[in-house]
Amino acid sequence: MGYEIKLDIFEGPLDLLLYLIKKNEIDIYDIPISLITKQYLDYIEILRSLNLDLAGEFLVLAATLIHIKSRLLLPVEEDPSTEDEEDPRAELVRQLLEYQAFKEAALQLDSRPVLERDVFTRSCPAVEPDDREDLEIFAEMDVFDLVKAFQQIIAKLDKTECMEIDVERMSLADRINEIMDRLTEHKHLTFTDLIGERTDRRWILYTFLALLELMKLRMIKAYQGESYGVIRLFLAVE
Amino acid sequence: MEEKKAIIEALVFAAEAPLSIERIAEILTGTERADINGALQELTREYEERKGGIHLQAVAGGYQFRTRSDLGVWVKKLRTAKPVGLSPAALETLAVIAYRQPVVKADIDRFRGVDTAGSLRGLLDKKLARIVGRKDVPGKPILYGTTRKFLEVFTLQDLSALPTLRELKELQD
Repeated sequence: MGYEIKLDIFEGPLDLLLYLIKKNEIDIYDIPISLITKQYLDYIEILRSLNLDLAGEFLVLAATLIHIKSRLLLPVEEDPSTEDEEDPRAELVRQLLEYQAFKEAALQLDSRPVLERDVFTRSCPAVEPDDREDLEIFAEMDVFDLVKAFQQIIAKLDKTECMEIDVERMSLADRINEIMDRLTEHKHLTFTDLIGERTDRRWILYTFLALLELMKLRMIKAYQGESYGVIRLFLAVE
Repeated sequence: MEEKKAIIEALVFAAEAPLSIERIAEILTGTERADINGALQELTREYEERKGGIHLQAVAGGYQFRTRSDLGVWVKKLRTAKPVGLSPAALETLAVIAYRQPVVKADIDRFRGVDTAGSLRGLLDKKLARIVGRKDVPGKPILYGTTRKFLEVFTLQDLSALPTLRELKELQD
């Protein structure tokens, strides 16, 4: 196949599709689905033959194209109730036009005078790092940050010290109550405070699960000053 | 008025961030906002006519002295830190957020046809996008919007300074 491909030029399946439409000088409102589907699949095949990790999204659009193609092949029913049935391509065209608009908007943004690239302001002296614990600058975290923190702690564990001894059954409810008690007492705690000196997996796991549950119930709030920074936990209501 | 113009010029020069007319009015008590605005316009014109290396730029709801955009190549050499570039993916994600805010991640994904988790995280880290709230639908997904820094970085007075998507389309045709 005589295609020349640049691998990083496509931002996604829609980008590839737009490229094919432009290359073939096709009217976006009247896409010859059969031709485009074939070319699209050819591209995917090339990407695959190069052993590239094909993002799932490319396959989803391939399936969509084939689905549209198959719907176009079906004879149109003479049923008056389906008279207003939309062109199967309509949704895709809408999506493509929207994407095209945002792509243009992105280019437009990039063409503006960008601070610290094209235009510069007077340099200010580097601001002294603020040692005060200004709680307002903490960004609210989501569950994924918490999972990341959990993984870090697990990774830090000395494997030889990890022994699974199934003697004591911890209860999640107990752990939740413990955490709430400690938080009520101390106002705020860090994640590491809660883990303490104990390194057994079950303890960390239950602490973590208890935090997730408390966050879900909106009984506590978790904040983190920066990525990988200290996680601070607060009661959601005083 | 000439004296007041000089004061305003000094204030904008000494300020660390774009200085708003409101802020100037707080300092220059007893001066009408219209007069402050007039002085700022005059200063802007003066700097433009001078054709020097510095411009007075209306940005992010305030005024700031900035180097002329075509001199970037030179000023860049002064900086040791590499300028933070945005990848095409990040720019696209930012464009969707800018035009559709407040917007949930699922919608950004849909508009771009790909998963945007990576570029979204990058934009949040760079403080170009921020969480503006949660959508009141099941699951309470997070709503994203652009920041003040976004306006500063892209030299925008406010969000209405962005060309509409329709205008962009006409530009394209």
